[in-house]
Amino acid sequence: MSIDLQQDYFALFGLPRRYRLDEAALEAVWHKLQAEVHPDRHAHLPDADKRRAMQWATRVNEGFRTLRKPLPRAQYLLELAGVDTGLETNTAMSPEFLMEQMEWREAVEEARVAAQVEELEQLHHRLQQHAREVLAELETTLDQARDYPAAADTVRRLMFIEKLQHEIDDALEALES
Amino acid sequence: MALLQIAEPGLSAEPHKHRLAVGIDLGTTNSLVATVRNGIAVCLADESGRTMLPSAVRYLADGGIVVGSTALQAQALDPRNTVVSVKRFMGRGLKDVAHIEAVPYDFEDAPGMVRLRTVQGPKTPVEVSAEILRPLRLRAEASLGGELTGAVITVPAYFDDAQRQATKDAATLAGINVLRLLNEPTAAAVAYGLDNAAEGVYAVYDLGGGTFDLSILKLSRGVFEVLSTNGDAALGGDDFDHRLFCWMLDKACISPPDAADARRLQMKAREVKELLTSCEQAPVKVKLSSGEEVDLVITREDFAEMTRHLVQKTLAPVRKALRDAGLTVEDIKGVVMVGGATRMPHIQRAVAEYFRQEPLTNLDPDKVVALGAAMQANVLAGNRADEDDWLLLDVIPLSLGLETMGGLVERVVPRNSTLPIARAQEFTTFKDGQTAMAFHVVQGERELVSDCRSLARFELRGIPPMVAGAARIRVTFQVDADGLLSVSAREMSSGVEASVLVKPSYGLSDDEIAGMLRAGVEHAGDDMQARALREQQVEAGRVVEATEQALAKDGQLLNEQERAEIEAAIARLRALAQGQDHRAIKAGIDALARATDEFAARRMDNSIRAALAGQKVDEIEV
Repeated sequence: MSIDLQQDYFALFGLPRRYRLDEAALEAVWHKLQAEVHPDRHAHLPDADKRRAMQWATRVNEGFRTLRKPLPRAQYLLELAGVDTGLETNTAMSPEFLMEQMEWREAVEEARVAAQVEELEQLHHRLQQHAREVLAELETTLDQARDYPAAADTVRRLMFIEKLQHEIDDALEALES
Repeated sequence: MALLQIAEPGLSAEPHKHRLAVGIDLGTTNSLVATVRNGIAVCLADESGRTMLPSAVRYLADGGIVVGSTALQAQALDPRNTVVSVKRFMGRGLKDVAHIEAVPYDFEDAPGMVRLRTVQGPKTPVEVSAEILRPLRLRAEASLGGELTGAVITVPAYFDDAQRQATKDAATLAGINVLRLLNEPTAAAVAYGLDNAAEGVYAVYDLGGGTFDLSILKLSRGVFEVLSTNGDAALGGDDFDHRLFCWMLDKACISPPDAADARRLQMKAREVKELLTSCEQAPVKVKLSSGEEVDLVITREDFAEMTRHLVQKTLAPVRKALRDAGLTVEDIKGVVMVGGATRMPHIQRAVAEYFRQEPLTNLDPDKVVALGAAMQANVLAGNRADEDDWLLLDVIPLSLGLETMGGLVERVVPRNSTLPIARAQEFTTFKDGQTAMAFHVVQGERELVSDCRSLARFELRGIPPMVAGAARIRVTFQVDADGLLSVSAREMSSGVEASVLVKPSYGLSDDEIAGMLRAGVEHAGDDMQARALREQQVEAGRVVEATEQALAKDGQLLNEQERAEIEAAIARLRALAQGQDHRAIKAGIDALARATDEFAARRMDNSIRAALAGQKVDEIEV
């Protein structure tokens, strides 16, 4: 009878289990759930209620974080489908992709060493564009074709891109301070 | 209190009891206490009508302690025993304190946090802060006419775990039940947002006496969501004073001044800074201990020029916060200015230029934090009215991680994660037969452990001997709504459970805090037993009331037997609360908590179900 703390995040948020998602609806449910479970709402209650509130609020935040952004959402869908997206177990990326990655990486490194803030920002922007194109593939592979191995491959490519974006962020931050 | 209280079934005995709760802004320069009275947040004044208590504490040779403006006046007279700006030392080691050479204290380095040698012996910043909080608590109790249910204490958003924990300990030491640690810019946003019915994305620029915070918040339909926060926990109005101080030394050719002169010049620096807010130029006249006189004049422009780098220094966190939120200045609807230091005209100019709009200065930058904290305290204490239906979603300001091979940091909780949050990471053994593993918890954004703040070290023992790489050790970080971390570790693969719970600390053990608490209570001439009894009675009353309200609202979730058990536990606690044994009352409170555990679970499920009701999958599927 009790709601399962372990139920999947789509069920927790009352949303269909798929990649395409209405972000505004997700956020509205997030606020609605937090309005019930947030520790601030239970601060005047006994410790048992406070503990439970923290567990629930933590779970709800984790669910929101997982579903909001496309990459973690895709990873989560694949995890629910039992498909491993780990890089450790699947390193067989296409040579074209790896070549492309190396080119990006060299460009970032050059800009970093030369302290070219604008160039780094440009690269960040172009990567963002590129990521958006790759993400668009996911809606087809995950929601329509349900081709999980292909989706897992796309997810791994996106993980590379994201990592590169983080490196640019770090480089920009280091240059600023 | 009558032994038998008769109330209609399903009705709480005291349905509209107002609980006394306050918000306290524990500032570097000044501290304030505020409360919500008849629905309006107000700062409470002392007997002479002043709301701001200078955050200054003087330890006297006869054992007396003076706090506030009287202490402030003694600064030049007794610099070593008069502590100001103690917030700068909270949760800090000697090496973390900036301009240590300009501070006239006799420091003693202790693991994690400095101590100050005074005529009354070494004092931790926690103890000094507690001395500031105590008169604020007494002021509130006198003004509200009763014991406080609790207080919301504000902290700079960019405070790390050690600084937050130190603040919470100071409140405990001052006999205050902490309802929540609230970030200062968030408190200001609540006060501003509720007063102005603001909607949209706002930046809060909060330059206090010793700390700088920049938070970006999204305000929508009663939800205050912090998108990102950044800052500098060692940059504030004090640094502007310090620049003026150095300028004076330089202009008047004073080689290192003695402690009393240093104080005089620093006080003059603050005065001049404040004068330059309204005047184009200010005289600088100080009489030194030698009888010599410093006689200078400074213009507003000179001052702006010599502190320009400090203003620039605040803009780096602004850029980072915007980037973390994925926003640009065009997205910001308004900039709320907080902290007395934002009165400086050249700061307002710089902020206006950066954000391309005039900052919002229609609220008192000294009071807005305390007022927002009071509003939140009122709600947390359970005095929620219908119009108080707002929700704060705050974030952790700095990433948390663990030390890995080669002194590198593995990030476990990224900064700007919404609280509360839990994150787990798995590790494994690297030697055959390894039975213990050491962990080092750090906070900060840098890659190297040595550049981050060390929070705690602990060891997981009792791992069953296995070949290298076979053990699975799961380390879980839980950060609560106060932004405080607890870490646990557990070996998963063997079924043998070994777990450990660490509370990061800065060198003060729970025993030490208990000892200080005793000493403090004795000092205040308070009776420890009587206070403990009162506290437990208040707590018992609170728990009984909360449980009865829950029964009235959701009693249908229980069967008759379950309900009878809870009612019996309530009756037992009521009877115990009439007695004089505070430990027995505590045991009664714990027993009631156990009896209501399952009920609490069902109520939570029920409220979640209600929140999602009508929220059918196909409705959302557009």
